[in-house]
Amino acid sequence: MDEEKKPEGVAAPETEQPKSEPPASPVEATAPAEATPAEPEKPASAVTPEKAAKPAAAAKPAAEPGAEKPAAKPAPKKEPTEMEAEPWAGPLVDSLKARFGDKIQQFATYREQAFLIADTAAVIPILDFLKLEEDFDYLVDITAVDYPKKEKRFEVVWILYSFAKNVRIRVKAVVGEGEKPVTACTVHKAADWLEREVFDMFGIEFEGHPNMTRILLPEDWKGYPLRKEYSIIQQDQDWVRENLQIESGQ
Amino acid sequence: MATHTTFLDTNELVLNMGPQHPSTHGVLRVILKLDGERVLGTECVIGYLHRGVEKIAENRTYQQFAPYVDRMDYVAAVSNGLGYCLAAEVLGGIEVPERAQCVRVILTELNRIASHLLWLGTHALDIGAMTPVFYCFREREEVLKIFEKYCGARLTTHSFRIGGLQYETYDNFEKDCHTFCDWFEKKVDEYEELLTTNRIWVGRTKGVGILDAEACKAYGVTGPVLRAAGVEWDLRKAQPYCGYEKYDFDIPTCENGDTYDRYLVRMAEFRQSARIIRQAVDSLPSGPIKGKVSKVFKPPIGEAYVSIEAPKGELGYYIVSDGSVQPYRLRVRPPSFVNLQALDEMCRGALIADVVAIIGTIDIVLGEVDR
Amino acid sequence: MEEILNNPYVFPVIATMLIIALFPLVAGYIVLAERKVLADFQVRLGPMRVGPYGFLQPLADAVKLLLKEDIIPAAADSWIFWGAPVLSTFTALTAFAVMPFSDRFYVADVNIGILFILAMSSIGILGLILGGWSSNSKYSLLGALRSAAQMVSYEVPLGFAVVTALMVAETLSMQGIVQTQYDKGIWIAFSNYGLMLVPTALFVIAGVAETNRAPFDLPEAESEIVAGFHTEYSGFRFALYFLAEYASIFVLCGVAVTVFFGGWLRPFANVGFLEVPLNVIFPILLFLLIGGGCGIGTMRVSLAYEKGIMAVLTLGMLLVAALFAIPAVNVLIIGFFWFLFKVLILVYMFIWIRGTFPRFRYDQLMDVGWRYLIPISMGSLIVNGVVLLLTS
Repeated sequence: MDEEKKPEGVAAPETEQPKSEPPASPVEATAPAEATPAEPEKPASAVTPEKAAKPAAAAKPAAEPGAEKPAAKPAPKKEPTEMEAEPWAGPLVDSLKARFGDKIQQFATYREQAFLIADTAAVIPILDFLKLEEDFDYLVDITAVDYPKKEKRFEVVWILYSFAKNVRIRVKAVVGEGEKPVTACTVHKAADWLEREVFDMFGIEFEGHPNMTRILLPEDWKGYPLRKEYSIIQQDQDWVRENLQIESGQ
Repeated sequence: MATHTTFLDTNELVLNMGPQHPSTHGVLRVILKLDGERVLGTECVIGYLHRGVEKIAENRTYQQFAPYVDRMDYVAAVSNGLGYCLAAEVLGGIEVPERAQCVRVILTELNRIASHLLWLGTHALDIGAMTPVFYCFREREEVLKIFEKYCGARLTTHSFRIGGLQYETYDNFEKDCHTFCDWFEKKVDEYEELLTTNRIWVGRTKGVGILDAEACKAYGVTGPVLRAAGVEWDLRKAQPYCGYEKYDFDIPTCENGDTYDRYLVRMAEFRQSARIIRQAVDSLPSGPIKGKVSKVFKPPIGEAYVSIEAPKGELGYYIVSDGSVQPYRLRVRPPSFVNLQALDEMCRGALIADVVAIIGTIDIVLGEVDR
Repeated sequence: MEEILNNPYVFPVIATMLIIALFPLVAGYIVLAERKVLADFQVRLGPMRVGPYGFLQPLADAVKLLLKEDIIPAAADSWIFWGAPVLSTFTALTAFAVMPFSDRFYVADVNIGILFILAMSSIGILGLILGGWSSNSKYSLLGALRSAAQMVSYEVPLGFAVVTALMVAETLSMQGIVQTQYDKGIWIAFSNYGLMLVPTALFVIAGVAETNRAPFDLPEAESEIVAGFHTEYSGFRFALYFLAEYASIFVLCGVAVTVFFGGWLRPFANVGFLEVPLNVIFPILLFLLIGGGCGIGTMRVSLAYEKGIMAVLTLGMLLVAALFAIPAVNVLIIGFFWFLFKVLILVYMFIWIRGTFPRFRYDQLMDVGWRYLIPISMGSLIVNGVVLLLTS
């Protein structure tokens, strides 16, 4: 994690990561056979999240960083840095493909959990289609993941479940900074607070949301904590000073 | 010429409940818009207990993070731990031995009983019955004693580890569980006698805070609230985890989706949990308690969403791993947060005195709502 | 000296002074009893620290309330703010003037005794309203109005129940009602072929509502949003409201006992052979038992002053038991004993009801009063009246 921060040169007040360092070294110390491939893999794995978005299917052996010696091949060093997703096929995939064609970039499963990656603009029509025609009437969760290295840094995830089919799928879309995906409130009422939390933590605004305000943090907080550049001990010092009238020790 | 109006005239009044209020079960602020006594709408202000658990997860190793999850739903800490360990195990492709799974089931069901007991006591207290809370806490004591004997902690137990269990069960574990189940079922009969047919209780809870099945699904509400609306869905049966498919139990449901039905569903869940515990204890296999996990747990790059049937609803963990010892992103899907969204719909048209009952019946824990 | 003692005003004045001096203490101990009894229902112990088994708790509470800062809200009407609890307490205590504690011990035997008590309780409601209104707070006023509306509503079935009993008693005087029960040889509750049980039950239920006790205590309840009329009251003023509430509980139970349960008569007052067992043996045994309990308590407590208090109590109980053994004294105090015994049983029932039931919502409360209790009480009045007429 800290290796990521250094190349970015982020100005966090005190980038204290005391606990993450010791585990990192024993990994490199106790695996002598992988010592060499492990080190260059670290910065390579920092590059990983960028690659994971590319729709290319991952190659098999490489995804275990600490696994076997033959992983120390210079060429597949890039490959193990991807999720070992397997292609997903089935009637649902077929109907989605028929309906949305190339708006969906990838259908995959990992650990037997299916997901698809779609264009941001196509997500709401997909959710709508899934709800009305494929019985995915329960929106389990909306969340986001931040990959600051990629050109479009956020990956927003919608998790859906169908009571009738007892199947759970994930719909993902890659969203750039400043881009506004359309709100899912019109399709599932549950999206209301879930999207507010995504906004609160990541700063991703949802177009058309009835009340796009912060939900967990105070209304006038500055900063989006779950972004990677927001340090673990960072606070909105102005807010603390104004509202609590103290100088925070952080 | 303005007519002189006083606050007693029926126009919209805004009333603030909380964040410190004996009935909001934690730091929850509810802003009510009233028309006389009727509630026109509610707005919840949450986040008073936000501790940034998801951010912390990105800065701790998987094992280091495990104690943090107990603190979210602190009333039913064991479930949180179970969900987290299952998610990490799926991500890491780790198989948990049978004995560990069985003990996990026992502790999780005991924890479900403890959570529902606390719910019952506080809910009854809100509605004015001041006695059941003491009985419920007395029963809860027995569960917490078992937890304490097992892992040393009563409330935030950190009872499970990634890959299985840390501790072997203590000598009289099976006997304690059996004694507890036998003793406890009689107590459930006592509560039913005290409340279920009590005219005042029924009057306060029947028809109050109705959330029908369609609304439940639209709002993503799960758990006893969904089952009280008539949807027979329980993750332990629909997508069994941890060996639940081996046990024989029913899913209690009701029809109307009002407060009384939710009460009945949770009372029935007491009995079903006791049933599961008995079966699990009787079938406790011998064997190792922890699967093959390397000391430094580094799941391969990938992501997984694993959810369990926590006492309050569907508790899910979405973990994204980048191949390092720390999760890249850990998202907790809290049942209380999603269920609380439906408060507005449930309170429309209710009286002020019912708002307190409705907040109680959703069974929220602010630690989970805010994380 | 004899002239002074024979003066008809002397005894009532002494009695009044005794009642006013003792009643706050008694009210305090009823509060303690409530806390201990509730604790017993709730599988816990209740106050245990102050004095042996918490026995001195009321003194501690009184001192605490007296020493509290006297806060008057700035916008409150201070005269009425001061006067409202006084009014409540005054009316509650005045009702004691006609309570027939025994055949000898009472302040006055007014021939419209029961009417006097009902009138006093009605005026007492004014104290509540004024308290809520003078606090100049939205929520106090709301709570006060709801309390008052509840009390006024439940006075109707209360009144009907009493009137039904009066048809049997044929007199309004409190002593007269007790005398009638003696003459008829049956308590009014069980008379008229058991039809009078309905007004008895109605009276008790309406009495619980009248005194703002659970399950009818929504206006005062802590977990509701709108707090009661006594929100702005603290310290001694709050103590006065509290005193008024417990005084009115005592009065209500006293009226119930007098009108329905034979007042200061022993059970089966006309049955001769039960005179000695009930009037002599029963109180002696009871006080010996209590004394024995206190004796065991003396041995169990650890601190010296606690042992002292428990020892004094033990001796006191044994002394009282001995007093009942002396026929001359027995005749004087037995009426009082039975009256108190029955009132305390009824008070225990009030506490029991509080510990068991959840609270009614306000609209349900008014529903129960207007749609159930009033028609039933009117119906019982008519039915009892007709039966009495036919059988007289």
